[in-house]
Amino acid sequence: MARKSWAPALLSFLILFLFLGVWHVATLPEKGAQVVDDEYAKLVGAAAASGQKSAMPGPVDVGKKVWSHLADPFYVRGTNDKGIGIQLAYSIMRVLVGFFLAALVAIPLGFLIGMSPTVYKALDPFIQVLKPVSPLAWMPLALFTIKDSGLSAIFVIFICSLWPMLINTAFGVMSVRKEWLNVARTLEVGPLRKAFRVILPAAAPTIMTGMRISIGIAWLVIVAAEMLVGGTGIGYFVWNEWNNLSITNILSAILAIGLIGMLLDAVLNRLAKAVTFPE
Amino acid sequence: MSSFDNPLDPNVSLRGGCSCGRHLSQSEHDAAAQELQGRAVESAVIRALFPQDNARRAVLKAVGASALLAAVNQAFPLKLAKEAFADTGGKLEKSKLKVGFIPITCATPIIMAHPMGFYSRHGLDVEVVKTAGWAVVRDKALNKEYDAAHMLSPMPLAITLGAGSNPIPYTMPAVENINGQAITLAIRHKDRRDPKSWKGFKFAVPFDYSMHNYLLRYYVAEHGIDPDKDIQIRVVPPPEMVANLRADNIDGFLAPDPVNQRAVYDGVGFIHILSKDIWENHPCCAFAASKEFVTTMPNTYKALLKAIIDATAYASKPENRKEIAAAIAPANYLNQPVTVVEQVLTGTFADGLGAVQKVPNRIDFDPFPWHSFAVWIMTQMKRWGQVQGDVDYAKVAQEVYLATDTAKLMKEVGLTPPSATSKTFVVMGKTFDPAKPADYVNSFAIKRA
Repeated sequence: MARKSWAPALLSFLILFLFLGVWHVATLPEKGAQVVDDEYAKLVGAAAASGQKSAMPGPVDVGKKVWSHLADPFYVRGTNDKGIGIQLAYSIMRVLVGFFLAALVAIPLGFLIGMSPTVYKALDPFIQVLKPVSPLAWMPLALFTIKDSGLSAIFVIFICSLWPMLINTAFGVMSVRKEWLNVARTLEVGPLRKAFRVILPAAAPTIMTGMRISIGIAWLVIVAAEMLVGGTGIGYFVWNEWNNLSITNILSAILAIGLIGMLLDAVLNRLAKAVTFPE
Repeated sequence: MSSFDNPLDPNVSLRGGCSCGRHLSQSEHDAAAQELQGRAVESAVIRALFPQDNARRAVLKAVGASALLAAVNQAFPLKLAKEAFADTGGKLEKSKLKVGFIPITCATPIIMAHPMGFYSRHGLDVEVVKTAGWAVVRDKALNKEYDAAHMLSPMPLAITLGAGSNPIPYTMPAVENINGQAITLAIRHKDRRDPKSWKGFKFAVPFDYSMHNYLLRYYVAEHGIDPDKDIQIRVVPPPEMVANLRADNIDGFLAPDPVNQRAVYDGVGFIHILSKDIWENHPCCAFAASKEFVTTMPNTYKALLKAIIDATAYASKPENRKEIAAAIAPANYLNQPVTVVEQVLTGTFADGLGAVQKVPNRIDFDPFPWHSFAVWIMTQMKRWGQVQGDVDYAKVAQEVYLATDTAKLMKEVGLTPPSATSKTFVVMGKTFDPAKPADYVNSFAIKRA
């Protein structure tokens, strides 16, 4: 008997509703009596007036906030106050530029490393040392040398997306099946033709996996990088609302970041499927 | 083109003559233009005095033109007006500027000048850019992404001395605000008001080179607490302080507003002491620009400084404070509830312990960069080991704190600058004499120098 296709979707919704329900109940405002006089109460938030700390917002508050952002995502009310849609566009632009620059460097270099064991051994120590460095650690150095905060953010994306693509490309090229290379040699295929007609298609799925990992990391890093440099982008939006201790806005941003991340991953997944071949 | 013509002006005629073609040489053209400008001022003044042409002519016929001018000169300094007009008429080298700020009320003059039109009144199109932290402001200012920036008053000194960055000649032509900071403690410490009981506390300050750091160190050291051994002081950007206090990561902070008031608003902290009770009228934040900007774009620099001093003068009047609070509270600037900003600026505030306090000079605005402020700051840098070796206190103070420029522009916007550039003042009952900085450093029991 075929599994019912609606069962997982139903379960997903159930989990969502359960989560929202628990959240709603947990954050129901406690009706504390006002413990200060009226003059004082006017000067502080509602929670402080009843002798408490300001509380976590519930799902209804967040829902309203998300709706207000969706209703007007592209407003510009000055340099430091732009709609969430514009901020997301800035971040996506930075991620894509940094990511494609990294691909331009990583894929040819990875090819070279994968095809030549000597180059591989020579570059390995550098890669091993640089790979685990948190991309944000590069930020002060980038600001100091590049002298432009926008370019520095792109550089940080570049450096963090470089390693997964480089290593995956090298690995994919190295693990092309020996039989295929032997067949190519028997047929006396030229080196360039061998690279493009045999190795590239064979390594393509592994390269795409590297790219998928890279874009995921790049999207993780851009938020932190933008919180650091400020100015524009969804990271700046989060920082600016942190400034205002506005948890509803921060949760809206978290939701948006998650959805865009999922979208980026889905696009690369599609591309990966397109280059995969049956053996 | 003669050798005295402006080589960068594409309109200068190459065939002798002048750029408009009606004069024999460029210098004659300039003189004529200046005369015309003078005539315009005269005409504006005379027409303001005698709005009706017939009345003006009658007076002119009766007393003659030169006598009338002399009489007007008695009441209205025409010569000065002409000079002032020529002064502001100086061509701006650049009219689109970027000025960075940190979202705190110390930056009030820099911020309010944007929504309230002080920049545009002086012919500038300034973009005020919110920035994440002091280190980023410093780097962006040094990178020239910002033409000028809101800094902490010790920062231009530290940059010039090369403490914490490469030495780059920096200038501070105006103080933004005086007073306006506070020590805020977590609500759970409301019964531990004596600093002697603060051993083991974790405090946050916005930056190493900040008045906040020096004032907190000074305050606890006067109570016998060693700020490096008995307590921990860490650097936390102002916007993150309340979140950290709420999470019990820190016990308190000496922070700029609206952070202190925000902690009260959210019920996480209370105001232990206002910084004005440590040192009445101490400087805090500053408007800073690189020496390069000041020397290569003198007219732009002057217009910008004048806009800021103008805004500072407006902010110094208590009756304008509510209007300013409403202008700078929105998301584009401070991103805070209006009531929080209003409580800071008006000085009628909830203290976090259930009382409403009225301290009208909780924050105040006075642009004059006293050289003695700079000397005091450097004595503290020396005291806590931030700078090593001998410091030429007076020389650095004069080079960085541009008191002469400020005084001149203060007069133009109707403020009265002080006649001296140095004064003695009292910090927690102890008098500071700017003439003897080394003795002052040596007089402290707790120090690193």
